[in-house]
Amino acid sequence: MKIGGYLCTGCGIGDRLDTKSLESVAVREGRIGFCKTHDFLCSQAGVDMIKADMALDGDDKVTKAVIMACSRRAKTESFNFGAVPVSRVNLREGVIWIRPEGSEHDETTQEMAADYIRMGCAEVKAMHQADASGEQSKNNHIMVVGGGITGMTAALEASKAGYYASIIEKSDRLGGVMGQLKQRQPEHSPHQNPQDTGVAALIAAVEADDKITVYLNSSIAKTAGAPGRFEVDIASTVGAGTHAEFGAIVQATGFTPYDANKLPEFSYGKSPNVVTQLELEALARAAGDGPIKRADGKVVENVVFVQCAGQRSQKEGHLSYCSGHCCATSIKQAMYFKDTNPDIETTVLFDDIRTPGAGGENFYRSAQDKFVTFRKGKVSTVDVKGNDLQVNFKDLILDEDAQMGADLVVLATGMLPNSGTDIDTMKDKDESGEVKVSVQSILNLNYRQGPDMPQLVNGFTDSHFICFPYETRRTGIYSAGPVRRPMDAAQAQTDAMGAVMKAIQAIENSAIGRAAHPRSGDLSFPSFRKEGCTQCKRCTVECPFGAIDEDAKGYPQYNEARCRRCGTCMGACPVQVISFKNYSIETVGAQLKAVDVPDEFQEKPRILVLACENDAYPALDMAAMKRNESSAFIRVIPVRCLGSTNTIWIKDALGSGYDGVVMMGCKKGADYQCHFVKGSEMAHVRMAKIGDTLSTMNLESDRVAVHEVAITDIDRAPKLLDEMVEVINRVGLSPFKF
Amino acid sequence: MTTAVNQAMVEKYKGNFLKEVTDNVEEGNWVKMCMQCGVCSGSCPLGPHWDHPPQELFMMIRANKREEVLSSTSMWMCTSCYNCVARCPRGLPITHIMHGLAHYGKRMGMKPKNQPTEKFGQMFWDNLIKKGRVNELKLGLGLYFKDGFAEGVKVSMGKQKLGLNMMKAKRMSPLEILGGHGVKDLSGFHAMLKKAEELEAARVGANTDAK
Repeated sequence: MKIGGYLCTGCGIGDRLDTKSLESVAVREGRIGFCKTHDFLCSQAGVDMIKADMALDGDDKVTKAVIMACSRRAKTESFNFGAVPVSRVNLREGVIWIRPEGSEHDETTQEMAADYIRMGCAEVKAMHQADASGEQSKNNHIMVVGGGITGMTAALEASKAGYYASIIEKSDRLGGVMGQLKQRQPEHSPHQNPQDTGVAALIAAVEADDKITVYLNSSIAKTAGAPGRFEVDIASTVGAGTHAEFGAIVQATGFTPYDANKLPEFSYGKSPNVVTQLELEALARAAGDGPIKRADGKVVENVVFVQCAGQRSQKEGHLSYCSGHCCATSIKQAMYFKDTNPDIETTVLFDDIRTPGAGGENFYRSAQDKFVTFRKGKVSTVDVKGNDLQVNFKDLILDEDAQMGADLVVLATGMLPNSGTDIDTMKDKDESGEVKVSVQSILNLNYRQGPDMPQLVNGFTDSHFICFPYETRRTGIYSAGPVRRPMDAAQAQTDAMGAVMKAIQAIENSAIGRAAHPRSGDLSFPSFRKEGCTQCKRCTVECPFGAIDEDAKGYPQYNEARCRRCGTCMGACPVQVISFKNYSIETVGAQLKAVDVPDEFQEKPRILVLACENDAYPALDMAAMKRNESSAFIRVIPVRCLGSTNTIWIKDALGSGYDGVVMMGCKKGADYQCHFVKGSEMAHVRMAKIGDTLSTMNLESDRVAVHEVAITDIDRAPKLLDEMVEVINRVGLSPFKF
Repeated sequence: MTTAVNQAMVEKYKGNFLKEVTDNVEEGNWVKMCMQCGVCSGSCPLGPHWDHPPQELFMMIRANKREEVLSSTSMWMCTSCYNCVARCPRGLPITHIMHGLAHYGKRMGMKPKNQPTEKFGQMFWDNLIKKGRVNELKLGLGLYFKDGFAEGVKVSMGKQKLGLNMMKAKRMSPLEILGGHGVKDLSGFHAMLKKAEELEAARVGANTDAK
C-alpha cells in the first residue's frame, strides 16, 4: 500500500525545472512512498512502469498515484488506471508554458512547480477509490409520455434499439396534433407538394410492435424513484390504474395551440370565416379532394394567411417567440387551395418567411411557383364586411397602408408547450400562503423540487440549445418535440430519436452507477455524515437536478442515479458534511493548505484560483498552449463546478495567508453555459455574501473575485489573473502570513 | 393598336397583373419567385436614381399596381450592368425582366414621356430598320437634335472635335448623310422584319383572344 509519484521530464519539463529537487519535494514534503522520473512518461514504457508498480503485491503495491506531468486534460487515455485514485500535477500547461524563460524567473517558476507537487500529493491522500452505489439495476423499459408523432417515434426507436416502451396518452387515440392534419410538409426531395402525414402508418407500427405497450385515456398519478428505478402510477379515466417500473422517461407532451380569442383585432370569434391553421386543417379534411368550403358552405376563392398572429410580438398576452412551423404550414395550406384550383387567390402576408432547412426553402419556392402570392406586410386588423372580410395591413416593401378582400382568413398562431406546472412559480405563494397552480402536473414527480421538469424560457423545458441539446435538468427524463422548443413535425421526430438515445444512455449508465453528461462515467456520488448534518436543507434546495429528497426526519436523501456529480450540494453545505469519495472538502482543502506561503518580507503573494474544470480550466490550458504568460504567484485548483466551491475554502485560504482568491465559473442565467445549469449561479450567489466574512477578517473585499469565463476566453482568462495581481499590488499583502 | 391591346389585356387578366406579367413579359415568369430580400436594389449602381428599384417593382406587380409599373421610368434606367443578376440568391434574370417590362409598357402604350433611353431606343430602331445597318452619322445627329434645333447646334459644336477625329480615323463617313450603306439583300431583310412582326402580332393576338 503505497502512494507512487511519477515525474515526467519530457516536453521541456526536465529542461526548465530542477527535477532532482522536485523529487525530494514530493517524497520529503509530499510524504509519498517514492518518486520516479521518466523522460517520456506517457509512452508505453512509462505507463507500463506505473502499471507494474500497481500490480505489485503487499506493501509495495501502488494504490494511489501522483502523475507530475501535463494537464489533467491531456493524455487521459494513457494515464487511465481505472478506479485507482490519481492526482495529476500540471507542470507543463500549469507552469513551464505560462512562465517566461530566463534565470531571473527560475526561482519563482521552480517554487510554482514545487507547490503544485505538494498540492498533488496532499490531494491524492484525501482521495478514495470510488465505487458505484448499486442503488439500481438495469431496467430496459422506457416510459414515453404523449402519443403524438414525437411519442410514437420515440417508442418505435426504443423498440428498434432493443428496449421496451410504454406510451401514456391522455386522449382516447394516438396521433396527437398531427393526427388532425390533412397532410404534412414534405420530408423528402424535391420538397414540392404536401405529403401524407404518416400518422396512420405510425399507429399501425406501434400497435404491431410487441415491445410497445399503449395506455390510452391515461395519465401519470405519481412518479417516484430515479433513473433505472422509476416507479410510476398510471391512472386511467376508463378503468383501473396500473403500477409500472421504468428505467427512463421521454416526455413528448407536445403543445397546445395559442388561444386565438386573444386576437380580437383579427375578428377571431366575430366571424366564422377567420380561422386558425388547425381549424383550416379540419375544413380541408372535410373537403376531401373537393374544393374547400367555409362554414357557410361557400367555396373559398380568396384566402389570406396572416403570419405571426399573436407571435413574435412584445404586446401583452402575445407570444414573444417564433413557433417555427407556421410559415411552412401556411405554405402547405395555400397549396391545399392551389392544388384543387389554381385560380383561387392565395396570399400570405408575412413579416419574415422562415422555412428552416433546404427542404423548407424548396417548399417555399414550390409555392411561389404555384402562384401563391407572398406579400411582406404587417396586418393591423381584419374587418368583417357582410359575409366577407377585409384585411388591413401595412405593405412593408412599398411602405404604404393597403387593404385586401378575402373569403377566408387563416391566422398562423403559435404553440404553447405542455410542460405541466412551472415549479419555479410554485415557490411564489400568494398572500394567503396558497400555492397557485393553474396547470395540471404531467409527470407528478414526488421530487422535493417539484412535480415537473424545470422550464427554461417561455415555459419550454429546454436546455442550453448549443452546448447541451437534449439534456434536461432531470437526469433520466428527456423532453422531445414542441414541449422542448417550438418546432415542426420533422424536427420533432428527430428530436424523439435524440431523446430516446439519451434515455437509453441513462438506463445503461444508471445500471452500473455511472454518471450522465457531463461527468459521464464518473462512479463517485455524494454522501453525507449524518451526525454533523443540521437538516438545513440547503443541499436539497440548491441541487440543480432535484437529485436530493428529504427523509421523514428532514435529512437529505440522495438518489445517486439522478445525480450529475457536480458537487453543488457539497459547496452549499454550511457544515461541510457532504463529500464524494474522490472529491471533497478535504481534497481541495488539503491542496490549498499544502501551498508554501512565503512570509511577507519575501514579497511573493499567493493567489488561489478555483477554476471550473469544464470551461475555465481548459481555457487556462489553451492559454498556456498559446504561451500566454501568467503570474508565477497563482495556484490553480480545478473544481467540478464552481457550484461545488464551499466558502470554507475561501476562509481557509485567506486565513492561511493567501493574498487573493479568483473564482472562474461558466456563464449563468437564461442563456447559461454552466454544465450543471445552476452551479455557477449558486456560486455567484454564495460569493456575493463573502463580503461579511472578509470584513470580519478585516480584509479588503477586492481580494475575492468571481468571474464568468467561457472556454473561448483564452486571452481573457490570464488577464483576469493579472488583474488580481494588480489588486494585491494596490492593497498590499495579506496580514495573515506567518 | 396599342391601346386596343392594352384594353384587351386589362380585360383578360382582370386585376391579376402578376399572371399578365408572367404570360407576356420577357422572363416575366420569374417575377413570382422573388423573395423580397432586396439584394438587387442594394446592388444597383443607379438604384438611388430609380423611382422604384427592382424589389419594389416586383412587389408592385404582386400588389396589382399595373398602371404605376408599366408607366414607370424605373426599368428604363437599367444600364444592363448585371450586378443584380449576379447577386440574386434566387437566380432571377432581373436585367432581362427590367428590359422586358420596359418593352411591355411601351407596347401597351404606357411608356413614360420624355424618357431619354426610350427616345434613343426608338431612334436606333427606326434608323436600323431602314437599311439593316446603323447609320451612325444620322443616329448621332438625331441624338444631338432630339431636344430641338438650338440645343442640337449647341451640342454639335461641343462635340465638333470628336466628330472630326472620328472622320479622320475613318470611323464615320460624312457621305452617310446621303443615305449610307445597307445590307446586301435589303428586300430580304425587310421581309424578315415583316414576318417577325406578323409572328409577334399572332402571338399577342392569341394571348389576348384566349380566355
